[in-house]
Amino acid sequence: MSVEFGFFLETVISGLMAGVMYALVALGFVLIFKASGIFNFAQGVMCLFAALTFVGVQEKFGLPAWLALPAAVGVMILLAWLIERLVLRHLVNQDPIILFMATIGLAYVLEGLGDLMWGSDVKLLDIGLPQGASDYMLDNFNLYVEKLEVVAAVIASILVAALAVFFQKTRVGRALRAVADDHQAALSVGISLNTIWVIVWSVAGIVALVAGIMWGSKSGVQFSLSLIALKALPVLILGGFTSIPGAIVGGLIIGVGEKVAEVYMGPFVGGAVENWFAYMLALAFLLVRPQGLFGEKIIERV
Amino acid sequence: MKFTKAKFVTGMASGLLAATLLAPVAAVADGHELILPSLDYRTGPYAPGGIPYANGYADYFALLNERDGGINGVKAKVVPCETGYNTKKGVECYEKTKNIGSGALAYMPLSTGITYQLIPKVTADKIPLVTIGYGRTSARNGQVFEYVFNPPATYWDGATVAIKHVIDSEGGADKLKGKKIALVYHNSAYGKEPIRTLQALSEKMGFELTLLPVDHPGQEQKATWLQVRRNRPDWVFMWGWGVMNQVAIKEAASIRFPMEKFVGVWWSGGENDVLPAGKDAHGYKSVVFTAVGDGFQTHEDIKAYVYGKGKAVDASFEQRIGETHYNRGIYAGALVAEAIRKAMADNDTKKPTGVMVKDAFEGLEISDERWAELGLANFTGAVKLSCADHRGPSKIAVQQWDAEAKKWSIISDFVEPMDDVTTPLIKADSEAYAKENNITPRDCK
Repeated sequence: MSVEFGFFLETVISGLMAGVMYALVALGFVLIFKASGIFNFAQGVMCLFAALTFVGVQEKFGLPAWLALPAAVGVMILLAWLIERLVLRHLVNQDPIILFMATIGLAYVLEGLGDLMWGSDVKLLDIGLPQGASDYMLDNFNLYVEKLEVVAAVIASILVAALAVFFQKTRVGRALRAVADDHQAALSVGISLNTIWVIVWSVAGIVALVAGIMWGSKSGVQFSLSLIALKALPVLILGGFTSIPGAIVGGLIIGVGEKVAEVYMGPFVGGAVENWFAYMLALAFLLVRPQGLFGEKIIERV
Repeated sequence: MKFTKAKFVTGMASGLLAATLLAPVAAVADGHELILPSLDYRTGPYAPGGIPYANGYADYFALLNERDGGINGVKAKVVPCETGYNTKKGVECYEKTKNIGSGALAYMPLSTGITYQLIPKVTADKIPLVTIGYGRTSARNGQVFEYVFNPPATYWDGATVAIKHVIDSEGGADKLKGKKIALVYHNSAYGKEPIRTLQALSEKMGFELTLLPVDHPGQEQKATWLQVRRNRPDWVFMWGWGVMNQVAIKEAASIRFPMEKFVGVWWSGGENDVLPAGKDAHGYKSVVFTAVGDGFQTHEDIKAYVYGKGKAVDASFEQRIGETHYNRGIYAGALVAEAIRKAMADNDTKKPTGVMVKDAFEGLEISDERWAELGLANFTGAVKLSCADHRGPSKIAVQQWDAEAKKWSIISDFVEPMDDVTTPLIKADSEAYAKENNITPRDCK
């Protein structure tokens, strides 16, 4: 393997791994959009809030990580219930843009709440996940593969499999799919929209917790975590807002695309291209497939 | 006029009434405060850097108020305004605070982006803008930038001292020829500041400079460090802020880049930058212009008079007194306090104005002895500013992180930057600014 090809391979692998990390964030968006048609602007802040809670209860109450995890899950479920009670319930039948605006407000509230409860300093998050480059890959193949990102890929796979089983095989999952397909029809067969919203926001909260823990293990838990939502947006545009596999595949394409662009195109245009390149790539896809790679095709009858 | 008892009583009553009515006015006059807006950021992605600095600045003035009754008996009032490290919000904060009370006496935005926006505003409003170790480097030229001060070091100074450290480590300036140095920088006005100097040094010394920008906030830098891994630079410099620093240190460790050859600017040299990286950060270096730790009389006094009396803005910070960014906040506070003290003495007033404080800055001198009197002996180098030179003498050292002990140690002498390299660049840049903005440089003779 030539040095240059090895480096290209390394860039692609790094892109794939980074893509998985983006997909973890994008998954939360998809879940909520799929079940309620709401584009949840607060998803990035939910990742931050979940991770802050996870670390915060360990720091303030001395809980071990294995207890902090269910505690954080409990807080995210409580949060979902509160969101349904205080926000969504009052906005049933409103335009999607109203619901979207409500989630912008929610983002600010959650960010402020996180700051009030746990402070805005960097918090170490160490739950024993492997860190750094894989020595095996580096020593034997001269390939740089980040161990944490391999773990993230495994976790993302488990998460997607669990969500697939949840959606396809469970009664609640089927109800969620029914609501996603048609609110009115679902209501007419006795599915409680409010309960479904609490469930879906809870699941999105748990996914946010997983994403927050993975990103927090990488850089410490800090308020910049809320900005990772910006990385999830092109993933969603590309993968489709309603598809879980789309979030994963979209994440991988964006991850690889931006890394290859930064490494091979960056030096010719002054660098720092990966952020805008991800959006350019997503926009290019939009021109060809407006619904995204796996999104539902919109057929309007006139 | 016949003086009657009735008139006497009426007069006395009127006098008493007048005295009563005027009493609050006299109290206001006595309660005059020195208004010092603090454009800080305690929230958002850059809060981990903003909090220690803002606490250092606020605690220093709280100390003067509690221990000395203020500056010459006049209390200082630090007025916080949250910018979130956002330039637009920073400008809003400036507009909101500049006319509070008797008017703001000095500004410290802790943001190069905000500094750039405030330069024309403070000049028009005649309020000093004090940018210690950040901001516009060419503002050193006081003939052009009348109201901007940047002691004791600029980014260009930091870059030259980082190069001096490389020279010392490599065994001579001639050894730099053919070496590779990469600059990983925050893709903003701040991060771009050292480029010009490093390019000039690269031409002069023959090293190859690679520029690697990282977009805000810098949470994901894989592509940057892949390039470092491919290019294998001999040294990496970093001009980062916020999460970018922690991620960069972790990424550098991941690709097995030797930490002792990784040097950050002072804003990439805080405790929050290295602690999240754990043992991986061991050996990481940064340039610095203040001493490390809390072993100074001022720190003891702050603990006793500010935290001990419950006067701290952020009571939870007590265990972190002495962190590097906190010490820079103290430095900034001491500088402003000394300028105000001088303005009061020079003008024989207890109500200095922005213009008076600016004039005081232009004659400000803090000798080593004076630093010792302030409870900060050997904390930093002497300060001596003038009309033409708004930076003054500069002394910069290199600190290194010990991950085991979880503390920084100064590993070099405090050395002077390469003024021979930066002075022509400052002259060219400030003259270009003057031309663009139709400014006729002042005569400082």
